[in-house]
Amino acid sequence: MNANLAALLYLIAGILFILALRGLSSPATSRQGNRFGMIGMAIAILTTLALKPPASAVSWLLIVLGLAIGGGVGVWRARTVKMTAMPQLVAMFHSLVGLAAVLVAAGALYAPDAYGIWDGEEIHPASIIEMSLGLAIGAVTFTGSVIAFLKLDGRMSGAPILLPQRHAINISLGVALVVLIALFYAAQAAIFFWLIALVSLVLGVTMIIPIGGADMPVVISMLNSYSGWAAAGIGFTLGNLALIITGALVGSSGAILSYIMCKGMNRSFVSVLLGGFGGEVAGPAVGKEVGPVKQGSADDAAFMMKNASKVIIAPGYGMAVAHAQHSLHEMADILKKNGVEVKYAIHPVAGRMPGHMNVLLAEANVPYDEVFELDDINNEFSQADVAYVIGANDVTNPAARTDRKSPIFGMPILDVAKAKTVLFVKRGMGSGYAGVDNELFFRDNTLMLFGDAKKMTDAIVKALQN
Amino acid sequence: MDDLDAALMKLRAATDAAQEAARAVQAYSDQIAVAGHAASGGAIDPFVFRVAIFALAVFVGYYVVWSVTPALHTPLMSETNAISSVIVVGALLSVGVAAVDSGSVFARFVGFIALILASVNIFGGFLVTERMLAMYKKKG
Repeated sequence: MNANLAALLYLIAGILFILALRGLSSPATSRQGNRFGMIGMAIAILTTLALKPPASAVSWLLIVLGLAIGGGVGVWRARTVKMTAMPQLVAMFHSLVGLAAVLVAAGALYAPDAYGIWDGEEIHPASIIEMSLGLAIGAVTFTGSVIAFLKLDGRMSGAPILLPQRHAINISLGVALVVLIALFYAAQAAIFFWLIALVSLVLGVTMIIPIGGADMPVVISMLNSYSGWAAAGIGFTLGNLALIITGALVGSSGAILSYIMCKGMNRSFVSVLLGGFGGEVAGPAVGKEVGPVKQGSADDAAFMMKNASKVIIAPGYGMAVAHAQHSLHEMADILKKNGVEVKYAIHPVAGRMPGHMNVLLAEANVPYDEVFELDDINNEFSQADVAYVIGANDVTNPAARTDRKSPIFGMPILDVAKAKTVLFVKRGMGSGYAGVDNELFFRDNTLMLFGDAKKMTDAIVKALQN
Repeated sequence: MDDLDAALMKLRAATDAAQEAARAVQAYSDQIAVAGHAASGGAIDPFVFRVAIFALAVFVGYYVVWSVTPALHTPLMSETNAISSVIVVGALLSVGVAAVDSGSVFARFVGFIALILASVNIFGGFLVTERMLAMYKKKG
């Protein structure tokens, strides 16, 4: 196969990837889009094998073996992963892309001829820069995603870890990186390549450890973006159109998601990156009770919802932790049979990654046309008889509207307070991740349902059935 | 037997035609490339074309991703994950090098590891996306 035909085939693969993302504009077209993505990937792989056939039988064997091992692990993970663990899985996938970028850059350094970047005496100077960028971003993505994975998976505390002088450390690492890339450009010695890798790996860790659990939606989107830019950097090194296009798509996709998440929290991207916000342990405002709270039982809740004409359910991360989505759907089904209108309201940053709640509800067979985004449903709360808040807190806090001093001031919130009755399923009186009290708990029209999200919902289901 | 012979003849003719078509496609793509080269006066470095494609793809990505429904943001992440593992093309080049010295043996080794990682992502990413998308159902 000649290089021109290969370039056109890579272009086709890139276009198929664009169509894959395009398909996601609606659930109806999304599966076809995913198939376009698979075809694009197959074209890219076959084109590469046809353009530069592996040099020996051993290479062929390694390729088959590599695809089989990796493919086997991938299939196993995809089949067995629980939907609640999706953020961890995505973080892990990001780390793999990052590490693959580092390794491919290393391959290009040690076998530049195979990549067509060798001019007989040295590597093309431009390729050195492209390779360094792919390497550095890939390495940051790798360790950053590993940290994000550990935090999301609960193997590491979600609380921000604040090193002394962390800003100074990050800035000096950044400066060191620029200097090393310049040295690598000038001297083309392998030692600089590995120093760039080392500094970037450290930078990935120091950048992500100060960021707390509640900011994870931004972090995971940001790492998504980085994995794209890393791929684009490698794409330039290889002069491969499929990689360049994909890198640009993924990079901008992650950037847009980060922007949406930041807006959902009314925080600037920079302030998220600087970190220190959103520890798992509640802040200083805890325990300062403003007044008495009304506490209810599952029977009370069942009675209220049965007699309501409209119920809006607002799920949050607590629903995911308790795996309560199936019970929730069961409850909604019984209510619907009793003639109650049931809708779901999703805040953009509910959960640990963009769209987290939607996937969990879809898993529990909730039809997607009953699930609404913040802007589409917020003015319906005033017509609702009951707002059922399950595992969400900060995203309902009116302080975001009224209290200028509150750390969450300016964040868009779900107007659950406008419903006639608010049912709050919570494990205890603790505040949310932002460490602020929620005045809703003390309102007259609020009934607190203390308990695990799943157990409480199950109890309500039982009460409804009687 | 005659039928078999006739079928074989047809098969041979078909493969010939396919080969001819492949050659024609190659020739066409060469012509396109030559035309493109001529149009640019042959003076523009391929790097500039790549930058142009990159910049345009960023814009395409921007508009395409804004049109993704928020309900599918999680599948969007796993899908972008899957497609970014097209970095596998780099890994394949690395594994495929002839092992002639310590450098190329090392390149082959890192390429092999990268190939495994990218394959996890390719299969895992597309399948998990498929699994999630299959769960989204309409009412009724």
